Amino acid sequence: MIRFSHVVKEYPRTGLALQDVTFRVNKGEFAFLTGPSGAGKSTILRLVIVEETPTAGEVRVSGIATTGIARAEIPRLRRRIGVVFQDFRLLEDRTAEENVAFALEVTGSPREGIPARVSRLLTQVGLASKGTSYPKELSGGEQQRVAIARALVNDPVLLVADEPTGNLDDRATRGVFQLLRDINAAGTAVLMATHNLELVKRNAYRVIEINRGQLVFDSVEGSSSSGAASSNTIATP
Amino acid sequence: MRLTFREVMLGVRRSPLLSTLSVVTIAFSLFAFGLFGLLVLNVDRALRGVEEHVEIVAFLADGTLPESISAAMGDISAFPEVARVEQVSPEQALARARAELPEFQDVFDASFLPASIEVRLKEGHRDPATVKEVSQRIQTYPFVDDVRYGEDWVKKLYDIRNIAGAAGIGLGLLFAAVAIIIIGTTIRMTVLARSREISIMRLVGATDSFVRRPFLIDGFFKGIIGGLIALLLTWGTSTLVSHNLIQTSFFDTGTAVLGVLGGGVIGLLGSALSVGRHLRRV
Ligand SMILES: Nc1ncnc2c1ncn2[C@@H]1O[C@H](COP(=O)(O)OP(=O)(O)OP(=O)(O)O)[C@@H](O)[C@H]1O
Ligand SMILES: [Mg+2]
Repeated sequence: MIRFSHVVKEYPRTGLALQDVTFRVNKGEFAFLTGPSGAGKSTILRLVIVEETPTAGEVRVSGIATTGIARAEIPRLRRRIGVVFQDFRLLEDRTAEENVAFALEVTGSPREGIPARVSRLLTQVGLASKGTSYPKELSGGEQQRVAIARALVNDPVLLVADEPTGNLDDRATRGVFQLLRDINAAGTAVLMATHNLELVKRNAYRVIEINRGQLVFDSVEGSSSSGAASSNTIATP
Repeated sequence: MRLTFREVMLGVRRSPLLSTLSVVTIAFSLFAFGLFGLLVLNVDRALRGVEEHVEIVAFLADGTLPESISAAMGDISAFPEVARVEQVSPEQALARARAELPEFQDVFDASFLPASIEVRLKEGHRDPATVKEVSQRIQTYPFVDDVRYGEDWVKKLYDIRNIAGAAGIGLGLLFAAVAIIIIGTTIRMTVLARSREISIMRLVGATDSFVRRPFLIDGFFKGIIGGLIALLLTWGTSTLVSHNLIQTSFFDTGTAVLGVLGGGVIGLLGSALSVGRHLRRV
């Protein structure tokens, strides 16, 4: 699903953000991406969604190498990947429904199927009754659920989440995380960057740890165990 | 399509001033094309009317032998540019002058008018250069005293036409360039104002052409509206001139439609030239 081989990423002004990073995430897998601030987690996720391309090495997503990818190919690849951010990135002047519908409209979904699909997605994320609310009228957890619903519109094979619970309190965090687990249980691979070590410890998922642009720990490879995640599990607990 | 239309309206509402400015400059551009185009059209029509009457008149020396005259007329009518050659006696000349100019009513003596040959050229050979060239050839007969052709004012009309054409193209292009720059600025502002929306579109997998399309449609619509305004202004001016000065003719429907579409092209061009560049930065 995702394959990084000796990936180096250098930003024009800030220099090396990733050095020789190699790992892969399989179909249907759930993996945490952890590490201190500035380690390179977001950079990895940006490489996955082809907002960036590697300076050296190779990133393959769903079998496609992102280096030298045709510009026209990128949208097609992105439709197979759902993306969720810490700051939700909803459009403030559109309701929850409209935000979800927006993603369908701009990817050319047949118009007549959109309302039914939107209401099914909002039900799936537990927001069936809040469809006509504007982001301002929703709690952080609810806004993130809208964002997740939007990420799911095209039945992605992979969900990429950059600190999706970073702005949420414990209760909302548990709710959103449970939603991600459900999505994973339904077969979608999830790669989630997080600072929340509690969450990482309590859930026996794979952990990939980055520090200063280098991969320092991968529970699947079984290197220097921290006890956080000891199994190479793919299943949902 | 509904979404696209909605986005166009949103764009207009977001920057009404710039949108209006774009439309107005496109209108000015096409108004310049239109106005000077009309001038060219009408001068052309006048020229065609004049050209039908373009004649070279060769005045003959007194006492020229009739044989020489008919020989020369034979020669001249064999010129490839020449349609017709006619001899005019002094009496005929006087009769004609009387008919055309009332001042000649009282003149009874034809003797002061010289005999002449009138040469009419074929269509397509009535431009100043050819007229002059043929006149010079006729001038070479020893018994030809003088050759007249409406050199000055035909040439003047031609000059007016050419200057008007050039001025129209120049002014029109200038306004078109300004319109394109203003549209570019409008797009830059719209892209900035909507950068969040655009980045989300990209994120969820909207294609470049999808993201670009509303901007292109927006530019095209503004251009069409500008074109319609220009058409109205040109038509108004033409009507005004027709009522108060001289009868003028207006563009035919095909040309008018083409002009309005030209506005659309200017708008589209303005959008296309800038949208890619600005979107890349989002
Ligand atoms: N767009 C960018 N341009 C230049 N440098 C960047 C850019 N994005 C990130 N960096 C640099 O790359 C390094 C890694 O940043 P990144 O955002 O990937 O870290 P992170 O692990 O996501 O951190 P955080 O946990 O704080 O979100 C940092 O040193 C940062 O300054
Ligand atoms: Mg980050």
